[in-house]
Amino acid sequence: MSLAKTKHIDQPTVLYMDGVSVSFDGFKALNSLSLFIEPGEMRAIIGPNGAGKTTMMDVITGKTRPDEGTILFNDEHDLTRFDEAQVANMGVGRKFQKPSVIESLTVFENLEMSLKGGRSVWQALTHKLTSAKQDKIDEILSMIDLKDRLYEDAGSLSHGQKQWLEIGMLLGQEPELLLIDEPAAGMTDEETMKTAELFKELSKKHSLMVVEHDMDFIEALDCRVTVLHEGSVLAEGSLANVKNNQQVIEVYLGR
Amino acid sequence: MKQEIKGGPLTRLIMNDVAGRRMMAIILAIAVIVPFCNLMFPEGSAFHVSTYTMTLLGKYLCYALLAVAVDLIWGYCGILSLGHGAFFALGGYAMGMYLMRQIGDRGVYANPELPDFMVFLNWTELPWYWYGFDQFWFAMVMVLAAPGILAFVFGALAFRSRVTGVYLSIITQALTYALLLAFFRNDMGFGGNNGLTDFKDILGFDLQADSTRAALFFASGIALILGYLISRFIVTSKLGRVLVAIRDSESRARFLGYRVEWYKLFVFVVSAMLAGVAGALYVPQVGIINPGEFAPINSIEMIIWVAVGGRGTLFGAVIGAVLVNYAKTYFTGAFAELWLFMLGGLFVLTTLYLPKGVVGLWAQIKDKFFSSGGGGQSGKPATDNAEGKI
Repeated sequence: MSLAKTKHIDQPTVLYMDGVSVSFDGFKALNSLSLFIEPGEMRAIIGPNGAGKTTMMDVITGKTRPDEGTILFNDEHDLTRFDEAQVANMGVGRKFQKPSVIESLTVFENLEMSLKGGRSVWQALTHKLTSAKQDKIDEILSMIDLKDRLYEDAGSLSHGQKQWLEIGMLLGQEPELLLIDEPAAGMTDEETMKTAELFKELSKKHSLMVVEHDMDFIEALDCRVTVLHEGSVLAEGSLANVKNNQQVIEVYLGR
Repeated sequence: MKQEIKGGPLTRLIMNDVAGRRMMAIILAIAVIVPFCNLMFPEGSAFHVSTYTMTLLGKYLCYALLAVAVDLIWGYCGILSLGHGAFFALGGYAMGMYLMRQIGDRGVYANPELPDFMVFLNWTELPWYWYGFDQFWFAMVMVLAAPGILAFVFGALAFRSRVTGVYLSIITQALTYALLLAFFRNDMGFGGNNGLTDFKDILGFDLQADSTRAALFFASGIALILGYLISRFIVTSKLGRVLVAIRDSESRARFLGYRVEWYKLFVFVVSAMLAGVAGALYVPQVGIINPGEFAPINSIEMIIWVAVGGRGTLFGAVIGAVLVNYAKTYFTGAFAELWLFMLGGLFVLTTLYLPKGVVGLWAQIKDKFFSSGGGGQSGKPATDNAEGKI
């Protein structure tokens, strides 16, 4: 396989990025970014505004094409060649910073739509709710704590609940890799800690990449941390390690 | 939502839709009673419905079907087409071509093969694209195929290039305007600015006969009901919920793994075909089809019908089309030069004060007077959310 040759490390990875660069009108949003995530790993990404966190998610999920570099999913799919829907169906789920649930549909309808499979127009037209799908929805509901809001419009949920519903929709897709952008933004302390618990639970079955600013939240996640700065990796390691890194203190934590 | 009625797909479709059921019952009643009163009671009887009135109401039924087609894409998928008149007109031209061929040698020039306008242009042969239109079944296939294929090609280009919002609206407007100019040309072979007219009969029945008019009226009512049911089936399926997801948050739908362009294309083609059927039923009733039907103003009026009726409800589109066209019939008779100002004013007022149209009025009144604040979430589909997306 010619794809495998381009990989510079031997161990299996769920996500492998090597030398990825993107520029917008001369501004380098990603500057030869290299990063890899092992199967089943949870990884926190931190970095100041403009460090390229969102752009990184955009290139992984097919929204933006990188100018150069390699992005491999599960060591076999070259993600730079697919669009958003194809990448999603391969098993990469993405949660946005701003909760983006479908507000005029009910909680149930949002979850139903997220369930894996049945993505073609014809399948959607002839879709039937099977008991297996119903069970899956129930299972997700008990994780995200929205059972009693099932038939309410998602637009009527609180901010935190919307965040949780969106996480529930990610779970419905049954992705291998979850990309999560600032899940704790706008959450109460209690909700934040509950979310951290949920992610730890999820990391038993999925690989996760979590972008976050909230240091308490990252501490609660208790995982490897990557610091991005000006479109490339500045430091990587345990949170304690990274916190003591002189460069990191200068560009990010010190401010 | 929780108390879904079980049964076959059609039973469920009808029984879970109270407002639509009432509307369909009314349309069915009108489709039967109006022709009955026209044919069975003599002129002068209190129960007689004149052929003029029946034809006028038949036009409204065609417009209502067209409005359902527009609401299907605009109300549910956020595609604001300002060129839907093009699909209506193409369906109309397909029917018109059949009716022209039916004239045979009864035209002014008595040419058994060529329609009068071609003889007038000194054409000696029927152009290839007129072949087959002497067959009713072929013409009916083209009523669906001509708008459907145009919508498919146009939609494939536009949606795959991710043209959305006002840009899409502008190019749909350009599409219908381009067709307007093309159909005006004599050498296009569609009768130039006179269009197609002087029809004699349809399937061997005299188009001037009341019984034929009555049958066309009935057919329009049935087409409207079927068109409504098809649209309702689509919007209540999971596909309909994907459409709403695309309307409210296109990127979310993409990241959930839905190929947004295929969904838009599907619903756009279905909508174009419904519009084509409406046009095909319209033409034999009004007796003419000309390039004026492609005029951008017509397509804009359709949007107003749907907005006035209540976007994203389907049955609201029917009500809006009938209300606005009734007003148009009345006011263009009474104060012709003021009509366009009134139409514009109506659109502004609806947008400002009736975001959910006349069908949302009742919910609005209820919220205001019978509940203590907080409401506003009741009329689900046409959310404020979607408004920013046009």
